[in-house]
Amino acid sequence: MAAGKKRRKAALRSSPLTLADLQVGQRCILDRLDLPEDMARRLMELGFLPGNEITPGKRAPGGGPRVFRVDGSEVALRQETAARLYVRREPESDVVVLT
Amino acid sequence: MSSCHGNTPRAGLLPNPSILPPRPASDRPIIVAIVGPPNSGKSTLFNRLTGLRQKVANFPGVTVEHRMGKAKLKDHHEVFLVDLPGVYSLHPRAEDEQVTHDVLKGEQPDFPKPDAVILILDSTNLGRNLVLAAPILSLGLPTLVLLNMADDLAARGGKVDIAALSNELNCPVALISAAKGTGIDRIQQFLLGTAVRLNSPPPRIELPVLHDVPKCRQWAAKLGIRASYRPPAPPLWTRRLDAIFLHPVAGPLIFAAIVVAVFQSIFSWAKPVMDGMQGFVLTSGIWMKHVMPDSPWRSLLVDGVWSGVGAVVVFLPQILLLFLFIGILEDSGYLARAALIADRTMSKFGLQGKSFIPLLSAYACAVPAIMATRVIENKRDRIATMMIAPLMTCSARLPVYTLLIAAFIPNIPLLGGILSLPAATMLSLYVLGFLAAIMTARILKSSILKSRGSSFVLEMPPYRWPTWQSLTLRLIDRARVFLRRAGTVILLVAIVLWVLAHLPLENGKTPPLEHSAAGMIGKTIEPAIKPLGFNWKIGIGLITSLAAREVIVGTLGTIYGIEGDEESQAKGLQTALHRDLSASGAVALLIFFAFAMQCFSTLAVVKRETGGWKWPIFQFSYMLVLAYSGSWLAFHIANHFLA
Repeated sequence: MAAGKKRRKAALRSSPLTLADLQVGQRCILDRLDLPEDMARRLMELGFLPGNEITPGKRAPGGGPRVFRVDGSEVALRQETAARLYVRREPESDVVVLT
Repeated sequence: MSSCHGNTPRAGLLPNPSILPPRPASDRPIIVAIVGPPNSGKSTLFNRLTGLRQKVANFPGVTVEHRMGKAKLKDHHEVFLVDLPGVYSLHPRAEDEQVTHDVLKGEQPDFPKPDAVILILDSTNLGRNLVLAAPILSLGLPTLVLLNMADDLAARGGKVDIAALSNELNCPVALISAAKGTGIDRIQQFLLGTAVRLNSPPPRIELPVLHDVPKCRQWAAKLGIRASYRPPAPPLWTRRLDAIFLHPVAGPLIFAAIVVAVFQSIFSWAKPVMDGMQGFVLTSGIWMKHVMPDSPWRSLLVDGVWSGVGAVVVFLPQILLLFLFIGILEDSGYLARAALIADRTMSKFGLQGKSFIPLLSAYACAVPAIMATRVIENKRDRIATMMIAPLMTCSARLPVYTLLIAAFIPNIPLLGGILSLPAATMLSLYVLGFLAAIMTARILKSSILKSRGSSFVLEMPPYRWPTWQSLTLRLIDRARVFLRRAGTVILLVAIVLWVLAHLPLENGKTPPLEHSAAGMIGKTIEPAIKPLGFNWKIGIGLITSLAAREVIVGTLGTIYGIEGDEESQAKGLQTALHRDLSASGAVALLIFFAFAMQCFSTLAVVKRETGGWKWPIFQFSYMLVLAYSGSWLAFHIANHFLA
């Protein structure tokens, strides 16, 4: 857990932000998908389009995949996939607590 | 809400005649394809229109084979409906998407190109769903667009202007609720229009470049704005339930509790019904013996057919109960959460959460499970899942397990009465099958089926109440499949077995079972199975159960029916078994059935799906080795403890 936090902070400072770095409820805008074409296409069809808003949701118990709220539906992705989706945070999009 | 625009129902419905193959009106029936994204309610609609069963699951990609059904129209025309696998686009990646793509393009071998399309979309998420309209409309077929889950949309405060959308798409659009049956009239009108094949110019609208996903999405967004679409509020209940079911502590505990509850109730609820049915089979057999004159026919009917088939039919209530539970879990949307919870564990064994979907349905039957592996894009992951699916405890093992457990495992309460020893034994057999499956997966995925890291992308459907209609249709279909098997495979095996048990005649009389052809076959393999604690009579059962697992129960029923006097028959199979099987032999037999590949249908479907005999032969052999060594070990360990 501590390692994850550290990595997250480091990520915020230096390297570009990815979907894997965000906390529950931290809304963001998708910038680009760094994935093989097939996989990127599949994700785009599910709503992971550059410019779309994504809200990270619950994670599966035990650190499994995480549910992301995107384009009106909820899609689960593994952490390693989420780490390939580069995002930016808008200044006004502050933490929104999800129930 | 029915009429979407001012035109007559038939306007704008009909195909460009040049697209359709030229043929007289009566040449072949009209085929209408139902297309939509996963979870849009295609199967529910299909059920409603045809009355035929179709697996409905609140789960992306569970329908992998297309299904046909006939819809009767009000003017007595008939239209064939085909339910295609759910797709997000017509850009095929997984094999289920390929099926949809091929059928719609008329490229599916032995399948005619559909005459019209019903596109069904989830109205609660129109922004994303409408994207599919672009490739479907570009097919140039007459299309009806249905916006499903109208009730949900309204309840959560969303709305859409149907007339405007219909104008934009230049095809009829209707708001419906397939689950509740509202708006279905509109479909009848469309099908009627298709059936009489009225002519009208092909729809002319501007479509985006299809392989450009962002462009398609923009097109859909613009459509949504023009149709003044207001998306509904997020499903609050789904959030609340996910907070519980995906809770780090409560989530896995609830999952375990559900599994235990299912097993316990399969045992305790089904038992009275099963006891009643067993009593009926026995007493009616005895009654038939009394009213019919003594002849070989009476023996064939009563000892061969009635005891053989009856012994298997008794298990129907239990199997239906299991399917009911799986159906509720699937239709409610809980299974997607279970896959999510399982993904991390599955990845440790080289698989992914999506393999969990077929593996769970393998608890019911390996055949649909192997077909459901088509949702797995990675070929090696898919074959690995196919190889291990038959190790999951399918419902055909239930009759065998139930018989042996009831005969040999004493009913001792455990954990202060929450669980009984028989239920615990059953549960451990299920766990054993699961463990064997994931261990095999691990071995396969780190050797012959090694692949680079697979991915996991799964849409989480909102929770929904399972409908009685869907559950009932599912159960009726399962009952039909089970009884058809009892009436064909099991009946045939019972008759062949009866003949083999009565030949060759000794001095014109039927021989004792030992000297009959069946007995001699059993005696031949006895040396091989003796180390497992089985004698030649069990051996006969092992051979017949190569056709299907539950056949052994019918075979034993037939054997004891032929051998036994009325008194021992009345006591039933459980008592008779004690003469031929020790307690440790029974444990070994349970283990044998847990691991062995005794199902011809599964082998056939694996052959079909992998395109050759290589994998089914491999599967049969390793499972036999596993079964033999496993039951040898179990027999010796049990002997050690029970002695």
